[in-house]
Amino acid sequence: MNLKIDVAEGNGKSVVKLSGEIDAYTAPQLKEKLLPLTNREGHRTEVNLENVHYMDSTGLGIFISALKSTKENDSEMRLVDLQDRVLRLFRITGLDEIITIDTAIRGGNEQ
Amino acid sequence: METLNTDISNYRNLLKHYIEIRDEQSLYGAEQLSKAFIKDNVPPEEIINLHIQALSELYPDIPEYLQYSMNFLLEIMISYGVAHQEFQTLREEQSELKSEIAVAANMQDTLLATTEPDVDGLDIGVISVPAHQMSGDYYHFVMGEDGSFGIAVADVIGKGIPAALCMSMIKYSMDSLPKATMSPKTILKNLNRVVERNVDASMFITMFYTQYIPAESKIRYSSAGHEPGFYYNARSKTFEEIKTKGLVLGVSPDADYREYERTIYKDDMIILLTDGVTECRQGDRFIETEEVLEVIGQYTDLPAQEMVNKVYKHFERMQNFRFRDDFTLIVLRKEV
Repeated sequence: MNLKIDVAEGNGKSVVKLSGEIDAYTAPQLKEKLLPLTNREGHRTEVNLENVHYMDSTGLGIFISALKSTKENDSEMRLVDLQDRVLRLFRITGLDEIITIDTAIRGGNEQ
Repeated sequence: METLNTDISNYRNLLKHYIEIRDEQSLYGAEQLSKAFIKDNVPPEEIINLHIQALSELYPDIPEYLQYSMNFLLEIMISYGVAHQEFQTLREEQSELKSEIAVAANMQDTLLATTEPDVDGLDIGVISVPAHQMSGDYYHFVMGEDGSFGIAVADVIGKGIPAALCMSMIKYSMDSLPKATMSPKTILKNLNRVVERNVDASMFITMFYTQYIPAESKIRYSSAGHEPGFYYNARSKTFEEIKTKGLVLGVSPDADYREYERTIYKDDMIILLTDGVTECRQGDRFIETEEVLEVIGQYTDLPAQEMVNKVYKHFERMQNFRFRDDFTLIVLRKEV
């Protein structure tokens, strides 16, 4: 399974749309695209995970790196439209409390 | 079978035989000779060279264009020969690495070995199987001086060697913690600081730490973002997810952990696991938590060790004997 990464930019904000699986094989590609965005000072990045049906702990690792980079560069990252299975992973690991996750958009998800 | 000589006379004779008679036997000879070339590590351009020599010995008056064409072919094969040589080197390196990893895996087993203690009134079953040579899963038993019994189950993000190295660090940090501070939340808080200081930004560890206090028939536990375990109530024969909150180890230096407590009764069980269990796949589909519990539920009458063995076998069969992730399952049953 592959991971497709589309980046759209505008108004000091980037939207990263992901589709596929985030695992040990695809995570390096995500890191390569995501980290340069969060490394930009004051930049806002929105990661759309609507079409990500599977993510493993390697994927979480990438988001942790990105989070750390937002703190160092005073930038922002927000995850939106997570599938339940992926959201569960952020909840179990307690990462939902330190990463900004927007679950309100997707219908049927708990808040 | 005689081993073929890869020298010129042999090649020439075979070639001559083939050109004159073109029978099965000479083709068979060619096949054997080809194997002998490979065995002797003869590069492809060398074989072309041999062919040119044999040809001009057999037919001194071969046309010029044919001779040139053979020289041309020889040039073409040179890079191919270099690539072949590289392949050989890689193959040797790979086999060296393999044996080094085997040694490391062996060391890991020795380093991380934990003895399954004999705890009065507790039936313990453990199975931990790595998906690859080295495991990123880890469990550890600690006997406290106050009679309490601690169990840590952990999972390092990623697999293979980096995960295994990280595990060794955790094991030694745990060993160096004073036995008096054995409260689950304190242990996790201490480990979190060690991990945060020592690992790469994208690396983290999940851990569930339980402590059984026989005198009070109680368990105390804290979780650092670990896959939730289950509590089995023997009277109602039902499972219940052990709900906890807590951040994974290694992300934030000042993470605090909550500690939970619960009384357990005769025949109740605590089931601890890693995501290798809950992330089992059947074809393209992930199995659901209910299915995991259904499988565990089938074997609750067995002694704890037999139980975990049976559950492992079940998922092994279901995934055609190939796990994508390390698999660890621990069952603790209160016997009295």
